[in-house]
Amino acid sequence: MKPPAFRYVDPRSVADAVGHLQEHGGGAKILAGGQSLLPLMNLRLVRPQVVVDINRISALAYIRETDGVLALGGLSRLHAVVGSDAVTRRAPLLAEAAAHVGHLAIRHRGTIGGNLAHADPASEIPAALLALEGEVVATGPRGARTIAVADLFRGPLSTALDPTELLTEVRVPITPPGCGSVFLEVSRRAGDFALAGIGVLLQRDGEQCARVRIGVCGVGGTPLRMREAERILERSGVTEDTLRAAARAVEHAVAPSDDTQASADYRRHVAGVLTVRALRQAWQRAGREGR
Amino acid sequence: MARRARGTNVREIEMKVNGIAYHETVEPRRLLVDFLRDQLGLTGTHIGCEHGVCGACTVLVDGQSVRACLMLAVQADGAEVTTVEGLARDGKLHPLQEAFWEHHALQCGFCTPGMLLTAYELLQTNRKPEPDAIRDAIAGNLCRCTGYQNIVTAIQAAAQAGGRA
Ligand SMILES: Cc1cc2nc3c(=O)[nH]c(=O)nc-3n(C[C@H](O)[C@H](O)[C@@H](O)COP(=O)(O)OP(=O)(O)OC[C@H]3O[C@@H](n4cnc5c(N)ncnc54)[C@H](O)[C@@H]3O)c2cc1C
Ligand code: FES
Ligand code: FES
Repeated sequence: MKPPAFRYVDPRSVADAVGHLQEHGGGAKILAGGQSLLPLMNLRLVRPQVVVDINRISALAYIRETDGVLALGGLSRLHAVVGSDAVTRRAPLLAEAAAHVGHLAIRHRGTIGGNLAHADPASEIPAALLALEGEVVATGPRGARTIAVADLFRGPLSTALDPTELLTEVRVPITPPGCGSVFLEVSRRAGDFALAGIGVLLQRDGEQCARVRIGVCGVGGTPLRMREAERILERSGVTEDTLRAAARAVEHAVAPSDDTQASADYRRHVAGVLTVRALRQAWQRAGREGR
Repeated sequence: MARRARGTNVREIEMKVNGIAYHETVEPRRLLVDFLRDQLGLTGTHIGCEHGVCGACTVLVDGQSVRACLMLAVQADGAEVTTVEGLARDGKLHPLQEAFWEHHALQCGFCTPGMLLTAYELLQTNRKPEPDAIRDAIAGNLCRCTGYQNIVTAIQAAAQAGGRA
């Protein structure tokens, strides 16, 4: 189908965009890459009265490093994130996760802000940002506030953002030396949403595991941090036994549901398998880093 | 222009499509793919699913592949667009088109315009792609007829023939 009629505005600044959102309340929708919103509008599942197209706010598309933090403007295209030298070097987990989102044509348009605001529970980037302990900046009528990615997701397609707020920036702590990270997923075809996906950031101290962060997607109503599995590895290092224990902890902690793509049991099983693979690979990568 | 829905605001846009400049008036809800097909009469770009999953509507906007069903025509204001009609030069088929013909890479032809532009983009960055890289690149383009093998073969053949041109 085609989208129903709407009024269209394309502001050139964040302040103007927020002004439009404020003026039209719940009747307005932000349009970024359109790779999630336009399918919903074409199917007439979403019928905004006003579409606030933020694509002409060029100041919202940037990737830069400052004070140990990688900052990405909300309008940064996923294609730019994947190809960015700064992201690849400073937070490789994010670049790896972004490469799993959709196909090239989807990543050319799709933005990091839109991906997070859409809050699809199977989306890869939220899981990676949980592991990276990132945060987002939301700008609204009362100015800017910071929200930890861990507090952003409320449920499927639901976030802590107010309808009058724009997600203007994503902040990621720069991955310290001695770390290894990896993003793995199982999907039906390259480019599909994950049936289950996992992002791991692991800091190695010789044969000890100094710090592990694990985020998973596709196996719950929101992306999930796997704290019990993290504790097992931080306490007892990476061995075949602790890997198995971590996988069991993940299988226990996730809350997948059945759908047309896969059963809940299968997703749970895949999450466990991916846990072992991802941790083993991150451990090896951290070892290479350390030397 | 046809009757316009209440509450909308029409826009004037300029776009270069396959090298030809157009100046048109559109309703903001008009999808790029419908603009190309219905307003410019360029019906080579196909519409399958209208929600981004089939790839039949793939075109290049400023040199990058996009789903023309997931972009509004107003968003392409000022852009340069390439559709399948823009691949042939001076009445001569593009090497990719020749290879698709030669290797039976199409049956009904519905997916072909999207496949061709996706393959065209791939060959711009990867002159000699391996079959795996080709399959990866066309994973977002559905074909219900060929079983894909001949499409992969054709893209490889075009690459060998220097199909970047
Ligand atoms: C074929 C296909 C395959 C896909 N595969 C995947 C996949 O594997 N993994 C995956 O994660 N996604 C996938 N997607 C979905 C999509 O690519 C992403 O979720 C992403 O592109 C959405 O970002 P966008 O900029 O396109 O957002 P839009 O579609 O423009 O917006 C999405 C939502 O976020 C809101 N929004 C947008 N920007 C902001 C902002 N800055 N501040 C506040 N709210 C905002 C909008 O109002 C809307 O509600 C796929 C899509 C398609 C069509
Ligand atoms: S018609 Fe655009 S992707 Fe199917
Ligand atoms: S040739 Fe018929 S869909 Fe591909």
